[in-house]
Amino acid sequence: MGAIATAAVPAARRELAKWLALGVSLATFVLAAVIAVRFDPDGDRFQLTESRAWIADFGVRYELGVDGIAVVLVALTALLVPFVILAGWRDADPAGGSAASTQSRWRPTQGFFALILAVEAMVIISFLATDVFLFYIFFEAMLIPMYFLIGGFGDKAHEHGEEEAARQRSYAAVKFLLYNLAGGLIMLAAVIGLYAATSDQLGAGTFSLQEILQARGNGELELSTNTERLLFLGFFFAFAVKAPLWPLHTWLPNAMGESTPPVAVLITAVVDKVGTFAMLRFCLGLFPEASDWATPLVLVLALVSILYGALLAIGQRDIKRLIAYASISHFGFIILGIFAMTSQGHSGATLYMVNHGISTALLMLVAGFLISRRGSRLIADYGGVQKVAPVLAGTFLVGGLATLSLPGLAPFVSEFLVLVGTFSRYPVIGIIATVGIVLAAIYVLVLYQRTMTGPVTEKVAKLPDLRVREVLVVAPLIALLVGLGVYPKPLTEIVNPAVEHTMSDVQKTDPEPDVTPVEAAHE
Amino acid sequence: MSKGVHSLWMAQDGVDKIEAPHIEYDLLAPTLIVVGAAVLGVAVEAFVPRRHRYVVQVGLAVLAMAAAFGAVVTLAATGHGTDEAQTAAMGALAVDGPALFLQGTILLVGVLGVFTFAERRLDPAAHGNRVDSFAAEAAAVPGGEAEQSAVKAGFTTTEVFPLLLFATGGMLIFPAANDLLTLFIALEVLSLPLYLLCAVARRKRLMSQEAAVKYFLLGAFSSAFLLFGIALLYGYAGSVKYAVIADVVAGNPQNMTPALADTMGNDALLLIGGAMLLLGMFFKVGAVPFHMWTPDVYQGAPTPVTGFMAAATKVAAFGALLRLLYVVLPGMKWDWRPVMWGIAIVTMVVGAILAITQTDVKRLLAYSSIAHAGFILAGVTAANEEGISSVLFYLAAYGFVTVGAFAVVTLVRDAGGEATHLSKWAGLGRRSPLVAAVFAVFLLAFAGIPLTSGFAGKFAVFKAAAEGGATPLVVVGVIASAIAAFFYVRVIVLMFFSEPRPEGPAVTVPSAFTVSAIAVGVAATLVLGVAPQYFLDLAGDAGVFVR
Repeated sequence: MGAIATAAVPAARRELAKWLALGVSLATFVLAAVIAVRFDPDGDRFQLTESRAWIADFGVRYELGVDGIAVVLVALTALLVPFVILAGWRDADPAGGSAASTQSRWRPTQGFFALILAVEAMVIISFLATDVFLFYIFFEAMLIPMYFLIGGFGDKAHEHGEEEAARQRSYAAVKFLLYNLAGGLIMLAAVIGLYAATSDQLGAGTFSLQEILQARGNGELELSTNTERLLFLGFFFAFAVKAPLWPLHTWLPNAMGESTPPVAVLITAVVDKVGTFAMLRFCLGLFPEASDWATPLVLVLALVSILYGALLAIGQRDIKRLIAYASISHFGFIILGIFAMTSQGHSGATLYMVNHGISTALLMLVAGFLISRRGSRLIADYGGVQKVAPVLAGTFLVGGLATLSLPGLAPFVSEFLVLVGTFSRYPVIGIIATVGIVLAAIYVLVLYQRTMTGPVTEKVAKLPDLRVREVLVVAPLIALLVGLGVYPKPLTEIVNPAVEHTMSDVQKTDPEPDVTPVEAAHE
Repeated sequence: MSKGVHSLWMAQDGVDKIEAPHIEYDLLAPTLIVVGAAVLGVAVEAFVPRRHRYVVQVGLAVLAMAAAFGAVVTLAATGHGTDEAQTAAMGALAVDGPALFLQGTILLVGVLGVFTFAERRLDPAAHGNRVDSFAAEAAAVPGGEAEQSAVKAGFTTTEVFPLLLFATGGMLIFPAANDLLTLFIALEVLSLPLYLLCAVARRKRLMSQEAAVKYFLLGAFSSAFLLFGIALLYGYAGSVKYAVIADVVAGNPQNMTPALADTMGNDALLLIGGAMLLLGMFFKVGAVPFHMWTPDVYQGAPTPVTGFMAAATKVAAFGALLRLLYVVLPGMKWDWRPVMWGIAIVTMVVGAILAITQTDVKRLLAYSSIAHAGFILAGVTAANEEGISSVLFYLAAYGFVTVGAFAVVTLVRDAGGEATHLSKWAGLGRRSPLVAAVFAVFLLAFAGIPLTSGFAGKFAVFKAAAEGGATPLVVVGVIASAIAAFFYVRVIVLMFFSEPRPEGPAVTVPSAFTVSAIAVGVAATLVLGVAPQYFLDLAGDAGVFVR
């Protein structure tokens, strides 16, 4: 798996990079599908493991393995990247025929696709890593290609011309990098602290998740309350930046607003999932007591994220920033699900990651098509698009409805599970979170109303509808949304056993159900 | 003889009883080869016709370094780094793991240094002669008639190669020195040629000379402190040998004399002497608050010299510092650790913060080197075996990155020579993607991004520090790293995301010399980052000092 992922990068440097990149990403997808099929939900916790010593001095091993949660997310990543590549087909083409671009040896096209594949590879390895150090390395390393994707291939459309766009873009890229790097470095301190603790008590330091879990299970590794809390905070901080959780979210709207739509999809739908995934795997897994201790705080922050994101989304004038704030709201739901510490919450959060990935991808890509046609990101510049380009408007509506969790579409299932999971333990918080859904309905419908309905404005009148390539991108995503909305069972079956493991890590059982059990939610 | 005064002749009855020293030539081979080649180089200057000197000098320097490196490897392979570690030349030098590891590093960095020194493709040919980064005639008044005629005649300062060899020789002795006098002599042997090298830039000669004078004055000052510290320690322990001093500090000297019994109780001698000794070392490694010279000298010196100096001097000086702290003064651990803590914290923070405001790439790298000195000090403070090996690894990683980074700086030029002002680097990534990408790799390594050598090194020292109980140091280090990342990233932004300026500098295509220096730098950066295990083992095996 790792070999394929890394081999993908140099290959894409050659000419015909686009087709190659598409091919590689499809191959990765096939491989991910194979893994998903071979994965046995009822088997061991970690399957298809691979382990090799890497830096023995540090006790670092190259350890990969999938559990039910990881396999789903790997599949999601592998699924979305081909669409991202397809959608970004023209984004990195040099500006037509200008003298500067022919003279320079700057080859943006190859670079763009190579970077996307590099990000994919690193994200997948982070999902698969069962060694804390290995995870950390790729968690950090993915910032670099991501940074170049944001800064180098940003959105050229800006009301104040290209110069201003470039300035905004590099600002966004730097903000992205610094936020995440700071988070990562604090995590590094915690990683070192964890290592020091293990080498103190186990004789030899280790980063292996399985070994640490085992040692914690049989009492060989006892962390004092303070140590555990500090380490938890170190890890959690990094993941909260990445996820992003309020108040560490401010990089996301900039990064998503300034980057090209496919890259924005890559950020929210793929890269940010590493943050929430890692909370589930590392924070809860390694530091169950500290997680319990921090739960009230995290729940409140998640709640603030949900409401704050949704409220700000309503107030946005810029389509892409609106979607970014909507994502912040959704990440609030995911984190809420994780820290509700119920099995519904966990399955819901995992499903939410997948569904949010798909629905945001759809909405963002369609928005991107729209923006590239009109050359403006401002909502006020649109109106009446549905009369001119009905297919575009229709797909946009589906994406929007998925974002507001319309029953029948996939996100509904997960949002419902998260809310049920939260409600069964923290009823008040569950109720307040529900307000987030109402707000979501407002921002999505207002967005749709302002851009797609109403009188046709002058510049919109000439907009062409979706091209074949674009339909090709959008159609499967819609199919998936509908499919998983109606029949989410395959996913839940893979996820549920893994969730049980996590639940047993945190030594929590579901509160006595006077609420609907999991199965009832979708049958 | 009055009571309380040590005498060098105390053990002997008369001068005629002094034995001829026993010299283990094989153990000293690396140093002897380099210094011998340096002397030969001076002879070459005197006897070889001017037009042949360049080729002869470069060849001699590379050969000497390679031979010396071979000798180091042979010594290491025959177990002198581990089981057979011993002292040589009547205890004046130690041949042990850390010494051999650092000597090997210095020699490799030195070879890269020779390569960058020998580069003659970068400056446009003057009067049909290819020229390097060094003044045609360093002694001539800048801009004066003598200089013009020297340029016209195509003179070049080939003396830089023997000077480089002398400096390298001093650096080889510095971390291996096993008594205080040898330490001082090594310091002078390595410093004096560097002062000279700083002064001989071809372009911006006044700045270069100013840098050299500053470096010389401050360096002389710090040498004086070091010497005074040595005198006080001698007064305390009655010997300049590391092992003897260590015994006295620990309170159980081998042979007690009345004089020793009298001075041993005088802690003032020990504390002030030790502090002055460390002060001299801090100056060389560029730790805050003894860092003031670094930016000016780094900026003014010819860039190849800066690269060599920044990398190799730091390696040698940290080696010597390690030996002092771990061999001579372990008995004072509780006294020096808090001081080192403070220095390490201040160095990391000040270096990282001041670097943010820099606008010149050489000054930027100078401040970054200060911050890195702080990170290394964090490892030194660990006071355990891990600390030694992590510092060794960090030094090796840092040395290659530094030489490579400064070699890249020599390539970016405009009409006025090297374009070191950062604003001129804008858009370099679009014009010369390869050079910019290479520089970006070095910057990322400085910033300690995973999969580069900088990360492996940083991780090693922080881990050692955490295990040595210095967790607050690690936290400060991590914060300083985050600050430092900001300015490294800023340069990358500038190179890749800014529009190129129309009259901006061009990247000169260098000869194979600089290309290979940069290539080795990049390769070392990536190999040490992705697969550091072998080198960590090497550094781990080398983690024990002989006494």
